[in-house]
Amino acid sequence: MAKLVEIRDLKVEATTDSGRRVEIIKGVSIDIAEGEIVALIGESGSGKTTIALTLMGYARPGCRIAGGSVSLAGKDMVTLSEKQRAKIRGTEVAYVPQSAAAAFNPAATIMDQVIEVTRIHGLMSPDEARARAVDLFRALSLPEPETIGSRYPHQVSGGQLQRLSAAMALIGNPKLVIFDEPTTALDVTTQIEVLRAFKSVMKQGGIGGVYVSHDLAVVAQIADRIVVLKGGEVQEVGTTDDILTNAKHPYTRELLAAFEPKRRQAAQVAAAPAPLLQIEGLIAGYGQIQADGLPAIRAVENVSIKVEKGRNLGIIGESGCGKSTLARAIAGILPAAGGSIIFDGVKLEQNARRRSREQLREMQIVFQYADTALNPAKSVEEILARPLAFYHGMGGKARSGRIDQLLDMVRLPRNLRHRRPGELSGGQKQRVNFARALAADPKLILCDEITSALDTVVAAAVIELLKELQRELGLSYIFISHDLSVVEAICDEIVVMYGGKKVEEITPDKVKAPQHPYSQLLFSSVPKLDPTWLDGVEQDPELVRAYCRR
Amino acid sequence: MTMTSSETTSVRITGSRFGYRFNIVGMIGFSVILFWAMVAIFAPLIIPYPVGEIVDFDYFGPVSADFWLGSDYLGRDMFSRILMGARYTVGISLAAVTIACFSGVVLGMTAAVAGGWLDTVLSRFLDALNSIPSKLFGLVVVAAVGSSIPVLILTLSVIYIPGSYRFARALAVNINAMDFVTVARIRGESTWYLIRSEILPNIVGPVLADLGIRFVFIVLLLSGLSFLGLGVQPPYADWGALVRENIGGLPFGAPAVMAPSFAIASLTISVNLLIDNLPKKIRDRSE
Repeated sequence: MAKLVEIRDLKVEATTDSGRRVEIIKGVSIDIAEGEIVALIGESGSGKTTIALTLMGYARPGCRIAGGSVSLAGKDMVTLSEKQRAKIRGTEVAYVPQSAAAAFNPAATIMDQVIEVTRIHGLMSPDEARARAVDLFRALSLPEPETIGSRYPHQVSGGQLQRLSAAMALIGNPKLVIFDEPTTALDVTTQIEVLRAFKSVMKQGGIGGVYVSHDLAVVAQIADRIVVLKGGEVQEVGTTDDILTNAKHPYTRELLAAFEPKRRQAAQVAAAPAPLLQIEGLIAGYGQIQADGLPAIRAVENVSIKVEKGRNLGIIGESGCGKSTLARAIAGILPAAGGSIIFDGVKLEQNARRRSREQLREMQIVFQYADTALNPAKSVEEILARPLAFYHGMGGKARSGRIDQLLDMVRLPRNLRHRRPGELSGGQKQRVNFARALAADPKLILCDEITSALDTVVAAAVIELLKELQRELGLSYIFISHDLSVVEAICDEIVVMYGGKKVEEITPDKVKAPQHPYSQLLFSSVPKLDPTWLDGVEQDPELVRAYCRR
Repeated sequence: MTMTSSETTSVRITGSRFGYRFNIVGMIGFSVILFWAMVAIFAPLIIPYPVGEIVDFDYFGPVSADFWLGSDYLGRDMFSRILMGARYTVGISLAAVTIACFSGVVLGMTAAVAGGWLDTVLSRFLDALNSIPSKLFGLVVVAAVGSSIPVLILTLSVIYIPGSYRFARALAVNINAMDFVTVARIRGESTWYLIRSEILPNIVGPVLADLGIRFVFIVLLLSGLSFLGLGVQPPYADWGALVRENIGGLPFGAPAVMAPSFAIASLTISVNLLIDNLPKKIRDRSE
């Protein structure tokens, strides 16, 4: 097969704010044959997006291509002038961004934006372009392909918008399409449809593709070959089957291992007389309080859950199912409008302001984004010191010793205590975030999607840490996530939520055979490492219609 | 060498030894401000002639070896008068801007954190205050109470509190929505702790920049009031008053009217330059 792309010894440099130059891509060589889809996979900061962007001859502000060549269909993108590159972008190489919602102009109709490429490059008349766009919409299995173009971006769903941005990329008939994590922001049930549409369009058109992702299972469905990156260097290249079954490089094996976390040994309950947390008929929501005393929009409706001492409860559901609202209602951040919360035998006030300091101490919450959950103006030491001083009245030497202990517990080096959150990596920040909750000596920790913003390998390490700490400290967790494998790995019971209601409660060993139709749909939509999974998986169209907002 | 789409701009870097980057434009602005601050402090020691004394036989005299910036409409030494004027212009403005920003920022943060009725009442009241034209307000107050330095300082700060409040509140509302504030709140922390420890450190940069801009506004408003004859009263004069006194010299191109104008311009422009080029902390310290 003819080579479509030849990247040879590519080097990209970045200039830091002190004027120092750092090499972020260190001599990478990649080939892509015509009609082949190559996946770039690696953790954040591994340089996968940077390499993908050089295929368009583009380096982000502050970066520059320092050496090597990127030849696309015989033209070296590195040496071309900006004008020549602009001619190639959109016609020979096109880009599908991660967040389609941010990539569309909210003030123009979708059709105008999709056919803009043909207007800029003078490829075809507007009428022809519109006809072609409608064909693409049909090929991407979008609903109402004839009229969807006249809508505005906010009038279609996230999954549809992502497919529309693919149509925008494909309209110029490119030889190569770059997908930059296009399904990362989507729910799993939506992701299936988007992946299918991408795959069929690419195969039909014989278009070459670069698929940037950190999710090995997603990549396995769509890519012919996989390039594993770490620290700006190629670790391993191979066909998809090769990488999945016969990985050579330790980092690739780590990635694979992270995908199947070890199941937790269910804790033996020592015949606890009363559950740690018992919630009955909880109702919480937003908006004006109506005549019946309930808020106008109820995000959580009549949910009852129970957490035993030393055991973990998982709450799983897709975006908008009310799982985070439930956590906020339990913690008292958003006072519940109805129902009761009994914690350790005592009925809690709905509003955190009216709970006692001791009650607040015993139930801690850890948020999803460590970036916003840690005060950027304070050092790690100050962040951890406050709960110690506030709840335990610790000071001086005792406090300093306890901070060291906490850092040890979450496996962070002690000299990190003088750093600010901005100087830590994502995984380190999440550990500090967690150490702050531990500093209170809680009985229950509410974990709201704490691994979602982390890379697979890092997330697996954090989960392992949580399990260890539980063994040592006898904590209980409520673990909220949209990721089934994470919840399966750590929880003793799993609650499935949909539309603010609890639809099913099951144990991890029964995940294979859920009873409720929504659980069936949700669990079957989680991508598997098997490359034939996408073609084999069957979704009941009735269920999809009932539960997916595509 | 290859071409890339993003050219690395070479910024002149000075003082990077201290872990801060401070560019040359900011340095110039800072030096001019420092110069005027020194002048304001040491003016009585360096003026060649007493400010109130008529020393030249000519009025609107030209620049000469005896009178470095010429003489004013009564034949007083312009150089001495500008040096002394710096005291009033810089001093009054600094006092007013400090009061305005301190009150504005504290009220703004309190409103953002407390929310509810306190936020509504404070915001509506200060919005109402904001809707009064500032010069008119100054005129009315000075006409009613008479002009003195404390009255000027208070009037100027009251005029600029609403703007400072709005600015600080907008910043604090953003910070207040962050998860770390929620964490502190459900830890059971008091409002005072939230303001002081969680919010203030994260808005102090923009607040300082705002303070600089507001300082410029106050210098200009004070000069405007003095120009209208409501500011510092004779025989003392700030720069605005000096422009007004000598406005008659404008047709002759007298240095007496130009010099104080240049003084006002140099101070305000320098403050702006400094604010736009405040030292930036260098985050990359692996060098």
